[in-house]
Amino acid sequence: MNKRSTWALPYFIFLVLFVVLPLVLVVIYSFQDNSGHFTLANIGKFFSDKDSLATFALSIEVALENTALCILIGYPAAYILADKNLNRSAVTVVLFILPMWVNALMRTLATAELFTMAGVALGKGTLLFGMCYDYLPFMIYPIYNQLNKMDKSYAEAAQDLGATPGEVFRKVTLPLSMPGVWSGVMMVFMPTVSTFAISEFLTNNKIKLFGTIIQENINNSMWNYGAALSLIMLVIIGITTFLQGSDSQEDAVGGTV
Amino acid sequence: MAKDQRIINIEHLSKSYGDKKVLDDINLYVREGEFLTLLGPSGCGKTTLLRIIAGFMRPDEGNVQLEGRDLLDTPPHLRPLNTVFQRYALFPHLDVYDNIAFGLKLKKVPEDEIDKRVRKVLKLVAMSDYEDRDVETLSGGQQQRIAIARAIVNQPKVLLLDEPLAALDLKMRKDMQIELKEMHQKLGITFIYVTHDQEEALTLSDTIVVMNEGKIQQVGTPTDIYNEPVNSFVADFIGESNILNGTMLEDKRVSFIGHDFDCVDKGFGENVPVDVVIRPEDIYIKKNTEGEQFTGVVRTCTFKGVHYEMFVDTDSGNELMIQDYNAFEPGTTVGMHIHPGDIQVMKKERVANTYSGTVTGEGKVEFLGAEWECRTDGFEEGEEVEVSVAFGKVDLLDHEDDAVTVGNVVFILYKGDHYHLTVKTEDGEKIWVDTTDVWDKNDFVGIRILPKDIRLSKVQKKDE
Repeated sequence: MNKRSTWALPYFIFLVLFVVLPLVLVVIYSFQDNSGHFTLANIGKFFSDKDSLATFALSIEVALENTALCILIGYPAAYILADKNLNRSAVTVVLFILPMWVNALMRTLATAELFTMAGVALGKGTLLFGMCYDYLPFMIYPIYNQLNKMDKSYAEAAQDLGATPGEVFRKVTLPLSMPGVWSGVMMVFMPTVSTFAISEFLTNNKIKLFGTIIQENINNSMWNYGAALSLIMLVIIGITTFLQGSDSQEDAVGGTV
Repeated sequence: MAKDQRIINIEHLSKSYGDKKVLDDINLYVREGEFLTLLGPSGCGKTTLLRIIAGFMRPDEGNVQLEGRDLLDTPPHLRPLNTVFQRYALFPHLDVYDNIAFGLKLKKVPEDEIDKRVRKVLKLVAMSDYEDRDVETLSGGQQQRIAIARAIVNQPKVLLLDEPLAALDLKMRKDMQIELKEMHQKLGITFIYVTHDQEEALTLSDTIVVMNEGKIQQVGTPTDIYNEPVNSFVADFIGESNILNGTMLEDKRVSFIGHDFDCVDKGFGENVPVDVVIRPEDIYIKKNTEGEQFTGVVRTCTFKGVHYEMFVDTDSGNELMIQDYNAFEPGTTVGMHIHPGDIQVMKKERVANTYSGTVTGEGKVEFLGAEWECRTDGFEEGEEVEVSVAFGKVDLLDHEDDAVTVGNVVFILYKGDHYHLTVKTEDGEKIWVDTTDVWDKNDFVGIRILPKDIRLSKVQKKDE
């Protein structure tokens, strides 16, 4: 081992202890029964249990809705923040990012309190509100970054070639900001699939998400089934990430929107 | 080739950013079909002027007309002009073909017509077979060609080019200059070209507009600008030149570097201080000193490819730059002469620093944003006065202690035996200084003037 790679050693140990090892354990637990024998029952149980499948479908649905909501609110916000004519100060950017400085659990608890105080019934609406509130900065920031570093001359060139402001946006600004949107999607979609705290506080556990079942199983010492569920979620997130990755790759090269 | 019809007419155009005037009362017209270059150092306002014509910026005052119609209220996408951007600005998400077809598709030109026109311009810029390429895989020069193709495919009335060759290496730039010139002739469109490269301007243009500090210094053909610069800025900016202090003795007789010369200029008056410009290739240099106008000693001699560039110390202690096909060894005593037609005489823009100031107390006067000590005999407190300070009487210091005010060196002109500096104070006012000390552009300097060198005079009341 040469001298420079010695520097990487602490990180390597950290990775092994806290990332690789837990992952290996999750895989091992998933394929074991209570007494430690190999079994596929845990995986099978998920795919044969209607409730689990329904929860899973609901989680994906909520995550998709939340991601869409975040794009709808986040893109215009990022666009306004990045426009030097509309926003001249960095302070407004900080204000948008500021909620991230407060712990997500505290914000969620506070939101729940506010809803209760205002007499709003907790349910899917409040759940989506809470999720969107929690994850919006993660959508705004990458899009803002992308728009901000975009050379202004692209928009000017489009205008110069006869594009109206609307056409400039549709044909140039939007396609060029897609990498930012994709990283926003990754940062919002994936954590919302596995979240359980938000649904617990903002729906009083009326709506159970996939993360909630994993948490419940593990809390009730059903380690093997919990691990199997985690593994399934990991695989699915892995697949979506891979698909998104190749999608945005294709976008950058091919250019068909 | 250049028809005498005006296609663009610019009147009293001004633009400021905060306190800084970027364009100051610009009046200019562009003839149909000509290749007009806006030339000047960075910050002279040339790009701002181009961006106002393109529509990306609005002026504070003034008017721009295209073919007799006001242009300023037309948004950029409706102006029949196209721009070639400095860093190309090709759309990275589209291939070469779609980049060029962008404008035509927006105008809903039929598909087969688009196809024909794209292929035609690709051929014109020698980039056929590249239509499916991703623009980011192209070299700088190729991207530049596509950027030009993308603009001219729309058949604009005027093509605006913002330093299009600045990012290319020297060899590529030379090749592209020739191609641009050919393209201009083939297309017959009016070109407005922005550059800071004087050689490029001289090579390409029908008309050159030299700009500095938001003002037009001179408009003319490349030969006019080169041979007859109207002021020392233009003389210094275009090509190499010797700029010297001189005195116009009478019509067709001028004195400089301690000798009297015949010249062709007249109408300056008698014994009037002038600036004299001599191009380095216009000084004839001989080994033989007999019968020559003046003599000197060669200090350095450098081979420059086609000619040798020599610095010669003249018998009167001036330094001249001379270009000749023959080399003269350093240390050689040489004789020189200058033909009357090669002496360009220019009226001095100013002969001393003059300011309007106010007497603020016994022995104190305020001007140039500071209070100075000087003799105020015969003037009352609060009186408005005219202040005059000779160029050579201003001391520049490299520190703020002892200085009355401070500024930055913004322009340096070598006058053969001294430097003529323009120093800008923090309020944006200017003071001109003659010095033999060497300063660099943008140097921060302290300014000091001895009390005896500040001359006050009564404000001249206009007779009317």
